[in-house]
Amino acid sequence: MRINHIYPEFEVIRNMDKCTNCRLCIRQCANKVHFYDEKRKRVMANDSLCVNCHRCVAVCPERALKIVKSEHTFRKNANWSERDINEIYRQAESGGVLLSSMGNPKNYPVYWDKILINASQVTNPSIDPLREPMETRTFLGKRPKKIRRDANGRLITEMTPGIELSTPIMFSAMSYGSISYNAHAALAKAAKILGICYNTGEGGLHEDFYAYGPNTIVQVASGRFGVHKDYLNAGAAIEIKMGQGAKPGIGGHLPGTKIVEDVSKTRMIPKGSDAISPAPHHDIYSIEDLRQLVDSLKEATRHKKPIIVKVAAVHNIGAIASGIARSGADIIAIDGFRGGTGAAPTRIRDNIGIPVELALAAVDERLRQEGIRGDVSIVVGGSIRSSADVVKAIALGADAVYIGTAALLALGCHLCRTCQSGRCNWGIATQNPELVRRLDPEEGAARLVNLVTAWTHEIKEMMGGMGINSIETLNGNRLMLRGVGLNDRELKVLGISHAGE
Amino acid sequence: MLQKEGEVRIPSGCAISGIFSKDGTPVNGGEIVESIRVMHDRSNGLGGGFAGYGIYPEYKDDYAFHIFYDNMEVRQKCEAFLDRHFDVINLSKIPTRKISGIMDEPLIWRYFVQPLPHKLEDSQLDEKEYVVRCVIRINTQIDGAYVFSSGKNMGVFKAVGYPEDVGEFYRLDEYEGYCWTAHGRYPTNTPGWWGGAHPFAMLDYSVVHNGEISSYDANRRYVEMFGYRCNLLTDTEVITYIFDFLLRKQGLTLEEAAHVVAAPFWQTIERMPPEEREQMTYLRKAFPHLLITGPFSILLGFEGGMMALNDRLKLRSMVAAEKGKRFYIASEEAAIRTIEPDLDRVWAPRGGEPVIVRLEKKGGM
Amino acid sequence: MRIDASNKSYKELNAAILKNPDPNTQITGCCGQRYIADGFSGKKIEIFGTPGNALGAYMDSGEIFVHGDVQDAVGDTMNDGRIYVDGMAGDAVGYAMRGGEIFIHGNVGYRAGIHMKAYGQKRPLMIVGGCAGSFLGEYQAGGTIVVLGLNAGSEPPVSYFCGMGMHGGAIYLRTKILPADLSDRIVASEVTRKDMWELMPKLEHFCNIFGENLNEILKTPFYKLTPDSGNPYKQLYVANYQ
Repeated sequence: MRINHIYPEFEVIRNMDKCTNCRLCIRQCANKVHFYDEKRKRVMANDSLCVNCHRCVAVCPERALKIVKSEHTFRKNANWSERDINEIYRQAESGGVLLSSMGNPKNYPVYWDKILINASQVTNPSIDPLREPMETRTFLGKRPKKIRRDANGRLITEMTPGIELSTPIMFSAMSYGSISYNAHAALAKAAKILGICYNTGEGGLHEDFYAYGPNTIVQVASGRFGVHKDYLNAGAAIEIKMGQGAKPGIGGHLPGTKIVEDVSKTRMIPKGSDAISPAPHHDIYSIEDLRQLVDSLKEATRHKKPIIVKVAAVHNIGAIASGIARSGADIIAIDGFRGGTGAAPTRIRDNIGIPVELALAAVDERLRQEGIRGDVSIVVGGSIRSSADVVKAIALGADAVYIGTAALLALGCHLCRTCQSGRCNWGIATQNPELVRRLDPEEGAARLVNLVTAWTHEIKEMMGGMGINSIETLNGNRLMLRGVGLNDRELKVLGISHAGE
Repeated sequence: MLQKEGEVRIPSGCAISGIFSKDGTPVNGGEIVESIRVMHDRSNGLGGGFAGYGIYPEYKDDYAFHIFYDNMEVRQKCEAFLDRHFDVINLSKIPTRKISGIMDEPLIWRYFVQPLPHKLEDSQLDEKEYVVRCVIRINTQIDGAYVFSSGKNMGVFKAVGYPEDVGEFYRLDEYEGYCWTAHGRYPTNTPGWWGGAHPFAMLDYSVVHNGEISSYDANRRYVEMFGYRCNLLTDTEVITYIFDFLLRKQGLTLEEAAHVVAAPFWQTIERMPPEEREQMTYLRKAFPHLLITGPFSILLGFEGGMMALNDRLKLRSMVAAEKGKRFYIASEEAAIRTIEPDLDRVWAPRGGEPVIVRLEKKGGM
Repeated sequence: MRIDASNKSYKELNAAILKNPDPNTQITGCCGQRYIADGFSGKKIEIFGTPGNALGAYMDSGEIFVHGDVQDAVGDTMNDGRIYVDGMAGDAVGYAMRGGEIFIHGNVGYRAGIHMKAYGQKRPLMIVGGCAGSFLGEYQAGGTIVVLGLNAGSEPPVSYFCGMGMHGGAIYLRTKILPADLSDRIVASEVTRKDMWELMPKLEHFCNIFGENLNEILKTPFYKLTPDSGNPYKQLYVANYQ
């Protein structure tokens, strides 16, 4: 007999006093956890298939279900965790490379949680954001190095194209293919209502979403899927994806099974064919080559679109960002190592890259030292979890943030981290039409609008407390931050003082 | 030990006052001292200062450096530096009188200088930039020496103490100029360093300011990209650099610079006529990090003129007045009435709208 | 219209071509100007000299004919149209091209046709008269690459690692010997009549354009390389719900 060494991580607890055997849970679970036992005449559960996505719990009309962590345990060991042991069993069984989803779940320091925000007391006034004007409008792009005047001495107001946002928050790149049509529709609709941007990711732009062009960032990644002239001209900006926080330094592989009809059309590759994104762009092996891609995209769009270069936060990020700023890019997007993904090798997701807080601080400072901070805007992503994280990021030096996981949570994601299975019960990370239908784009858009609106209110509250009424004077205003429980070196990298100083 | 300016950021409240003679008729320094004296309670004895324009007509083409020295050794070191970079036309101690409220004075010297032509040429800088860099070098590299005034035909006088005592200490009643600004300081710390008093000056720009700005570090980190070093960590210092950058380096007009630092709200801009809207939008987009938020009232003195500016929410008080060719501005009306009870016009400028006065004909003195 | 490119920047050059109401433009004295005809449609451009990198990138339709050599990333992400080069080409020719045709008379550098794709009616084609550098057709997902090796002598017309990561499309090599290091994920077979029947009009076109002798060319055999569908190029993953 073949032994399965892995004990189910979760137990499905069914309150038999409440269960009416209505079988809704059976129909709702794409992982096929629930089943009807004809002999016992009741609904049962196969715990080993459960991913703890809460779909059954949420839809059960009787509230008869809950999922709990299995109490089954190994002998306590401070060195070998349950996860380590199970991963070894899994690899010993399969010989495979471990593949995970969503952001790095490991217990690394979260610097946002070790930074505190200032407020005015006595020496200058706080401002009431409900009654006084409070500006969050954000412009991303190059600032002119020197003003120019026309023959009449008036300022020439033409500027390098940029992006205008009502609030410094954008939805980060998630491709159609990795997430569903309805998820994309919700993001696009919400971005339009909010006056911000969503991002196509590297999967091309579905023809239905060209209408959302002014609120769309179109991505050009190493696989160049769906990239053509109309696509490049469709959006508010073009993002060159050099890297992603969840998997710096490696490419992507969307298996042919996920290239269904519609995804194939959008990516402009045949149905059922593998979509491989090479690790690097093969026309970029050096920084001067990046300038070539930036310039060729600008030239192909007649210099009407700002170019974003997105990189993963890695060790030498300061120098990399400096190179990008000098390559003609208008905006640098930095993705921290806690950033999400539809699928990444576990070891890469959990061990490669650095926290975005430190990367941001290093990049902002480096660009200032070189006097080129005005040449580029900085956008950061890779686990922005709340409006407080946004305020801290902006005060550290970001012009705006990308949110991915937070947006998916708003759409109903429960962070079960099994996107790679394609069986997302919430209709987000799946191409199964049955499952996709569960996500109503209108309702999803409304929830996203609520989230970003609420965060914007909170940002204004915090700005008001600091006596700041315009987001641009929060930008890089590190005196508004203090560290708690950080050592000297961490404070130095972050460029902030310790609380009490 | 308490940290002085530059080692710690010290917010402070203040009083400001300014007098401007549009036709250039000389105004005695004693008048500005009387004006600021009225606002005694807005200061706390930890700093006061003045800037006078048109006060050195006999050396009007030379840069007038006012320098504090901790001791004689530093003075020798600094003078050696000056000799290497400038032709020193004249030097002397700045005359002072003993006042009970003013203590621990450093050595206070004045130099009238011209850049050495060959040094200037070698530097490939324009003359003003050359002077600025020399001043920054002294202030950052010669410990114990501090250039607190460096413009032509103007001078800053400042000290730790109440402003009226500072005015008497420097014998301002013996100077005459077409423009005077004054500052009484209310810092929230007691550093007791003379360099930390205000006005803060760079070339002929001098700034006195009231209020603690909330945009400080955003502003500081931005201007520092362009060679400025905010050593004092004070609002006034960074405001001076912002104006120097916008006016001298970028070539903006005063009005334009005012619309950068006290930019109208977007909703206000949107209601402007198209052409104005376009210009305002450009200024906000081009220099977003030089917007100043939080309360401030500023008097910017410069060669031949003066600008008063309030923050866009008008969180600090400021009153302007006119009498004949005289223009007055102060934190409180009383500071004006005390020297000119019978005014032609008194008004409170709106937030974010600069009030600019200039000499009617150049070189009025 | 004739444009003298000397002392013109690429921006001025592209602007002049776009402004020209006549779709035909001749460029003389071209030397290093990048991004010529990037994202263009419907223009017919003849270039004398050496255009810079990313010539005809994102091109949507039209034609470019270069009398001389070209540099890197010619036809990058090209969607349609034709590029002829009567000379040699640098690295990454036709990177990620989805449609259109590229004809190079001489040699091409490394990574020619990398990530070439195909979609719908779009079947990109690249014919190289000379030899190709290493990594020809890396990650190729569709379309056709032909290397004639007219100057190859008895050696294979491609360098190392030909077709690495290839998962679609076809590479034709005119050679008596296959490269020794061909991946086991690639199937190499002698061409069928049907293959040659499809290829023939394209080869004729190549010969007409560059003045080569088709009969001479056909004297040497062709091999066809395609991905081995039974041995797909992928890593074995195991789901790790962590």
